[in-house]
Amino acid sequence: MAQANITSDMVGQSFPHPDEWKWYHYFTFNIDHKVIGIQYLVTAFFFYLVGGVMALVMRSELATPSADLVDPNFYNAMLTNHGTIMIFFWIVPAAIGGFGNYLVPLMIGARDMAFPKLNALAFWITVPAGLMIIGSLFFGGAQAGWTSYPPLSRITANTAQSMWILAIILVGTSSIMGAVNFLVTIWKMRVPSLKWDQLPLFCWAMVATSILALFSTPVLAAGLTLLLFDINFGTSFFDPDKGGDVVMYQHLFWFYSHPAVYLMILPIFGIMSEVIPVHARKPIFGYKAIAYSSLAICLVGLFVWVHHMFTSGTPPWMRMFFTVSTLIVSVPTGVKIFSWVATLWGGKIRLNSAMLFAIGLLAMFVLGGLSGVTLGTAPVDIHVHDTYYVVAHFHYVLFGGSVFGLYAGLYHWFPKMTGRMMNEPLGKLHFVMTFIGTNLTFLPMHELGLKGMPRRVAMYDPQFQYINIICTIGAFLLGLSVLPFIINAVWSWRNGPKASGNPWNAKTLEWTTASPPIIENWNVLPVVTEGPYEYGHDPAEVSSS
Amino acid sequence: MKQIPAPLLTLTIGVAVTLVSLWVGFNHGLLPEQASAQSVLVDDFFDVMVVIGTALFLVVEGAIVYCTIAFRRREGDDTDGLPIEGNLPLEAFWTAIPAIIVIGLGIYSVQVFQDMGGFTPGDRMPDHGTMIAQSPDASLSGLVPAGAEPELLAKSVYGFGAPLEKEGIAADLEVNVSGMQYAWIFTYPDSGIVDGELHVPVNADVQLNISAQDVIHSFWVPQFRLKQDAIPGKDTELRFVAIKPGTYPVVCAELCGGYHGAMRTQVIVHSPSEYQNWVQSRIAQAEPTTAEAIATNPADLTDTEYLAPYAAEIDFDAQLLAHLAH
Amino acid sequence: MQGAIDSTPDTIAVEEFQPSEHHDFRVLGLITFLCSEFLMFAGFFVLFLVFRAEAAAWPPEETEVELLLPAINTVILVASSFVIHLGDTAVKQGDVKGLRKWYILTVAMGATFLVGQVYEYLTLGYGLTTNLFSNCFYLLTGFHGLHVFIGLLLMLGVLWRSRREGHYGTEHHTGVEMAEIYWHFVDVVWIILFSLIYLLTLI
Ligand code: HEA
Ligand code: HEA
Ligand code: CUA
Ligand SMILES: [Cu+2]
Repeated sequence: MAQANITSDMVGQSFPHPDEWKWYHYFTFNIDHKVIGIQYLVTAFFFYLVGGVMALVMRSELATPSADLVDPNFYNAMLTNHGTIMIFFWIVPAAIGGFGNYLVPLMIGARDMAFPKLNALAFWITVPAGLMIIGSLFFGGAQAGWTSYPPLSRITANTAQSMWILAIILVGTSSIMGAVNFLVTIWKMRVPSLKWDQLPLFCWAMVATSILALFSTPVLAAGLTLLLFDINFGTSFFDPDKGGDVVMYQHLFWFYSHPAVYLMILPIFGIMSEVIPVHARKPIFGYKAIAYSSLAICLVGLFVWVHHMFTSGTPPWMRMFFTVSTLIVSVPTGVKIFSWVATLWGGKIRLNSAMLFAIGLLAMFVLGGLSGVTLGTAPVDIHVHDTYYVVAHFHYVLFGGSVFGLYAGLYHWFPKMTGRMMNEPLGKLHFVMTFIGTNLTFLPMHELGLKGMPRRVAMYDPQFQYINIICTIGAFLLGLSVLPFIINAVWSWRNGPKASGNPWNAKTLEWTTASPPIIENWNVLPVVTEGPYEYGHDPAEVSSS
Repeated sequence: MKQIPAPLLTLTIGVAVTLVSLWVGFNHGLLPEQASAQSVLVDDFFDVMVVIGTALFLVVEGAIVYCTIAFRRREGDDTDGLPIEGNLPLEAFWTAIPAIIVIGLGIYSVQVFQDMGGFTPGDRMPDHGTMIAQSPDASLSGLVPAGAEPELLAKSVYGFGAPLEKEGIAADLEVNVSGMQYAWIFTYPDSGIVDGELHVPVNADVQLNISAQDVIHSFWVPQFRLKQDAIPGKDTELRFVAIKPGTYPVVCAELCGGYHGAMRTQVIVHSPSEYQNWVQSRIAQAEPTTAEAIATNPADLTDTEYLAPYAAEIDFDAQLLAHLAH
Repeated sequence: MQGAIDSTPDTIAVEEFQPSEHHDFRVLGLITFLCSEFLMFAGFFVLFLVFRAEAAAWPPEETEVELLLPAINTVILVASSFVIHLGDTAVKQGDVKGLRKWYILTVAMGATFLVGQVYEYLTLGYGLTTNLFSNCFYLLTGFHGLHVFIGLLLMLGVLWRSRREGHYGTEHHTGVEMAEIYWHFVDVVWIILFSLIYLLTLI
């Protein structure tokens, strides 16, 4: 190990900054990746609450079969914006913008991202986008679902729909900027001693995510631009009366939005691969398999989009081709699941809040994935498409998957981000409530869908009321479950016990600096001498927890 | 535990998981009644997937729960776990098994899809004998505005055509189905009947030619396990054989506006004689006014007028109807 | 511990670290971005081809396209890609004057292209909303035109900066390189676009 002491201004780029960030720095155009990461996380969580309140409005409406609580058009506005906000303003910004920005440079031993200004810009354009979504509600809100299929989206709530489109194009742009940044950063900015096969799996996941974002987002932008022109400038791309083709919109939309679901899960898989070995005190099982399976999911994931269109205007060969490609995705996903279980096997599992959420994710994602496989086969999907079975599927993977993963990540890196430990009993309460709430809300939805309840309805057949009430109760429990988390986070941030640089005794690079890290991450950059997950090699090593 | 040899334990668990999965697969009771020939095929497939899914679920969840309990950190134990970094045979095994399962499911999918007629939409004998992959627009859309002159190009038809054993054979009954906000309209080209409900004879091979007037709708009969979007500007079709007399809901499954949830009607599967009676009675009713009946395009009625007769069936209240009359 | 024997921060040994050549990243970033950008055009192209396949006549009679002017325009734009490369070669040899000369020429050619495009718009006799073909025509060419315009701005930026003594030189010319790459991109997109919209009508 070389012992030359190189000061911060000798290595890498450096920018003028104060000794530490004050609270108001978090409200400015700040180019520090850690500040940007936290900006993303806090903003995204705010939007989660907004989207969650919308879900509660929907669930309250659905407690009775008739449309008695809110106007059905308002219900549609709620469901559209619930889906949109949860996806584009909660999971994507929190997982990619938040954790990605915060962790990637720290994990690869860089002082910042490759393009810090671009990074800050990417954050700051999501803010007007979010405001635009909220503003659109004052114009009735977009009402055509988060998929916004024309012709419906062409003819309903034009102003709100246009605002919706602009907002999505903005976050899309932000997402492309982020992807460029991550790819270049991970490729070029690794500390030289960090070899590709020592790259933390979270970074591998970010590579896969970024490739997906890079190739799929512009296609959505194309589709939405055309829709915008149709609505506002009299074109007829999606106007069947004038030769336009509504099914083409669906292709453009799903070419992005299917990869988008992997966009929302791959970084979470990355978080899982970090959290599990640390708290199981074992090396990750099958490092290479996990890294490559991310890339496999990314590649296959680009060619499965038609499984959302099995009942649409889709020729037979497409239905069959995409059935098979969809089924294939479960193989690399399964590899990951099995590898994590194998990582747990024989470990010394610390059942703290972060680990509980990670294990909870594992338990629930499997169910969501398996229902996804049934959806992937065209003959069965014909029956269950656009029913609550689909709603159940994607909440299992999105809530039971992505949200649980985000919570696991928050509990795991909170000490790093704030320099304070979180409160464990409150964390466990949060976990129990969330776990029960999720299953109570979304498990019964499988039956609803199979038995015949379509999705996106404000009024439904009274025979389904009983099950719907269970879902509604579960939803309110989920609503309550955020309280212990918020209390815990706010209180711990200010008063929690101080965290050391490496409270979990973990091995990735972010734990080699102070908690919270100093502004340029390290005074002297660390040297990588072993892999990121080499636990248990020295039997005498004592883990402090 | 210590005394039981590992292979025996594995065997026991394996047998137990298999039995439980099989039981769950054939007793889950999650699917509604089977009322079409197609539903039987779909359900068998679904049940197989439930069996496989349950088995995988039990194994994975079992392993997770076992790990969480057996390998939790004991108080005061600060050592690390075993440094196992991987195991190639094991990894190959759990890549291969899902791959095999998935290929199997893929083949089964194609099979079921073919049996259901998935490969033959639009491929049917028109009345005059020549085989063209094009739907004659005129017969297809009694309700679609006549302005849309027949295209020169062959238009593709999407959906489900003749089931495998009936390929090339015309259906026993054709009905044109048109979706509009927020109702389904069924036209019987042979008899000129126009109705808001679908009446079909049992065990007949029925073909629905589906179209949409305004936005996308989706024609779904849960008991038939069949669904097909009605897409403006595209021709779609569904072919099915109802196997059980009864009344089943027709549900719109694609978001089509505020009252999407209220866009429901019924399909009534009659015994053949009942069906004849129904046809006769409808024709008798309509006799003096046939021309008129066809001329009044339901699209010209306001939604409220159109929906009023069905209000009771589709459970939506007067207040809601009033909403529609904007 | 990945990185150190103990976890005390800031006491970790450091191996030699080459100061990052940051400007290289910008070129890399731009190329990555353009891959993404290209897919947006690809979306439009695919849509265009699908519409073409579905339509009875494409372009419909009332919206025929002109061929001569766009062909001239194409020649100008393609030629400009070579001209801009001369500028790049010049700066790599430290010849900032040459850079300015070739860049000014490229800007002029790009501007001619845009003017030609606008002239074509004005003389076609149909507008954005006439029919589906004209929708596509104006959207695609307009969207491309926007990119040409941005390319012009980039080159003007380079020209503006090149006034400063020593801003660009044999070592330091990332901005020049980026403008050039972008301009090639605009060119490639145009070639595809021209083939789709204009040449395909000949078949
Ligand atoms: C995080 C997001 C996420 C993830 C990860 C997934 C994962 C998968 N999804 Fe899902 N999906 C959504 C989010 C997601 N989905 C959303 C939001 C929608 C609805 C959009 C809308 O219409 O609004 C949707 C809809 C959707 C549909 C369309 C349904 C319809 O509208 O009719 C389909 C159909 O194929 C599908 C399939 C799959 C499959 C096969 C996977 C696979 O990747 C799952 C793979 C995982 C496993 C299979 C489990 C673990 C593996 C094993 C234990 C190995 C062994 C397994 C086997 C051998 C099978 N999804
Ligand atoms: C990651 C994504 C995500 C997440 C986390 C959720 C979370 C939830 N979702 Fe879902 N949902 C989607 C993505 C998501 N959803 C998508 C994409 C759709 C499809 C939309 C479409 O069809 O277009 C959908 C649709 C959808 C439907 C179907 C609507 C329909 O088809 O008619 C339902 C119905 O129950 C539902 C329910 C819920 C519930 C109860 C939660 C719960 O988990 C929410 C828990 C509640 C809270 C977290 C609220 C907490 C707040 C408070 C307690 C108040 C405090 C407030 C402040 C301080 C401001 N969602
Ligand atoms: Cu018609 Cu929904
Ligand atoms: Cu998908």
